[in-house]
Amino acid sequence: MTTAGATPTSPVDDVAPLGRAASASFATPPSAATRPPLGQSFKTPLSHRIAERVIQGLAFTAIAAIVLIFVFIAREALPMFWEHGFAEEVRLADLFAPRAWRGYDVPVYMWQPVGGVPKFNIVPLFIGSLKVTGLAMLFSVPIGIGCAIFVALYLPERAREFVKPVVELLAGVPSVVLGFFALMVLATWAQDAFGFQFRLNAVVAALGLTLAIVPIIFTISEDALQAVPKSLHDAALALGARKYQIALRVVVPAALPGIAAGVILGFGRAIGETMIVLMASGNAAVMEPFNPTSSVRTVTATIAAELGEVANGDPHWRVLFLLGVLLFTVTFFLNLASAIVVRRLQRKLSAT
Amino acid sequence: MKLTGKDWILAGLTGFALLLVLSLLAILLSLVVSNGAPMVTGEFLTESPSADMIHGGIFPAIYGTVFLTLLMTIAGVPVGVATAIYLSEYASPNSKIAMVVRLAVSNLAGVPSVVFGLFGLGFFVLFVGGTIDDVVYGPGEPIFRKPNILWASLTLAVLTLPVVIVTTEEALRTVPRDLRDAALGLGATRFQTIFKVVLPNARGGILTGVILAVSRGAGEVAPIMFCGAANFLPYLPSDLRDQFMHLGYHVYALATQSPNVDAARPTLYGTVFVLLSLTFLLNLVAVLIRSRSRAALRG
Repeated sequence: MTTAGATPTSPVDDVAPLGRAASASFATPPSAATRPPLGQSFKTPLSHRIAERVIQGLAFTAIAAIVLIFVFIAREALPMFWEHGFAEEVRLADLFAPRAWRGYDVPVYMWQPVGGVPKFNIVPLFIGSLKVTGLAMLFSVPIGIGCAIFVALYLPERAREFVKPVVELLAGVPSVVLGFFALMVLATWAQDAFGFQFRLNAVVAALGLTLAIVPIIFTISEDALQAVPKSLHDAALALGARKYQIALRVVVPAALPGIAAGVILGFGRAIGETMIVLMASGNAAVMEPFNPTSSVRTVTATIAAELGEVANGDPHWRVLFLLGVLLFTVTFFLNLASAIVVRRLQRKLSAT
Repeated sequence: MKLTGKDWILAGLTGFALLLVLSLLAILLSLVVSNGAPMVTGEFLTESPSADMIHGGIFPAIYGTVFLTLLMTIAGVPVGVATAIYLSEYASPNSKIAMVVRLAVSNLAGVPSVVFGLFGLGFFVLFVGGTIDDVVYGPGEPIFRKPNILWASLTLAVLTLPVVIVTTEEALRTVPRDLRDAALGLGATRFQTIFKVVLPNARGGILTGVILAVSRGAGEVAPIMFCGAANFLPYLPSDLRDQFMHLGYHVYALATQSPNVDAARPTLYGTVFVLLSLTFLLNLVAVLIRSRSRAALRG
């Protein structure tokens, strides 16, 4: 596999990257002088080398996908910065800054894409996304971590092997079904219980999102809690610590990076979740950041609801793709942060 | 160990959290089963919906979902398995390239589904489809430069790629090193070792990944909204250039765009029941195969 003439070695030794190994055998064809005696000679057939090259090439698809996603969403959004047609209809500053539109005494942040004068201020949408996500995190972080602590520290082994897959079943429920559940069932309950002015509002959407995020936070936190070395647990026990002290002062702090990674991933999922908020949030782009019971329109729901009815290349079209670029950027860095945290944790735990 | 005072408080609070989640799941499932299961009759599964979508069956949606996920599997699984083979069999543990690939995979898993929808529209429909139209068909009516089942399935293939990669890599790593050493020692090439020894032994795990990807792909709605899913179609898709109906999209349309939600409720519950049964069944099969293949490798 490496250079011709080398006897096949075990994968333990032979871990050179494919590219180097393969190109080496192309670059230096064995001459008769250096060729080993018959019987030891070993040459990878050309077809195998080609297949290996193909495998290596395909392995870059994931990287290519990330790049292509960014490039081709930006390609639809960026012409807004130089296009004439866009400048005639929309001022770029109006995307972010408030403006006193005709009929308004004070400058307002307003998303009103259809109508005589379209208004594309994206601030209310991001406020909406943050509001729903914040509420969802408020519900799902304590619940998810609570479940993880109970399952990891209090449940006996056999019950754990049953309960964990059941909670993870929730992760397998399609988000459109969770949206349906929030819309048809949770919304009615919440209105009966709290008498909301609007049946569909930020709290209802956040409840739906909670069902989607809890399994994520739970699974990653539980894994992190399980990965804490038993020796730490035993040492605390030997020092006379109570069970709750072991849990809260030894095991949870040791697993904190993993729990944090789960929370970050949950946040990323919540801010990017589409169907649940589209169906259960009421979708009114109002600027009330601190009123959880008002109806709310998120970035994701705006894209999903409006893109179908917009003409290709329209200013509205460009703005929706800009929302996509911003959303992608936010989740990209959240994912990166959580990956780095997990990597640190793995290194730390493998060092002990 | 004896539990006392504060122990009970912590156990009680965390146990309550678990109870809350489990009961919500139970309520969701029991509602869907009790309202949905009676709807599911032979006609419901085999007939087309009426024009207002409230009556009739959901066969086109089932057909579209199956067709879509089948195409997605054909396109996505080979790429996912190849990536996993590279990561597990070829890349050195400290390789920078492998690290970047892994990072890209975990990042891809976190891209919001609606962003995949934008990507599918911007890349597959407009760019790839537009290029095909320009090169092959010349100016005129768009042929490939419009939403269809091919572009939707390719978008989903990219979306489910991380599921296939992560599960397959895990499966490849559970194959004992001895088997590889034995094959290499007998004079097999690295390639033969992988395809004749490692992959067959990791079969169960790879199948698990494929099924999980199918289950995930079958339930996603946001990515296909602009790439080919149709609200209502009087015909079944027979060509890669056709649009299609989809179970998840049908649920969304019935729940939010029906003029009479109360009248649509039975059909809605029936559709949710079918969609949920499909995804759960796939998940269950995946879990069973995984545990069985793990046991086989251990024994």
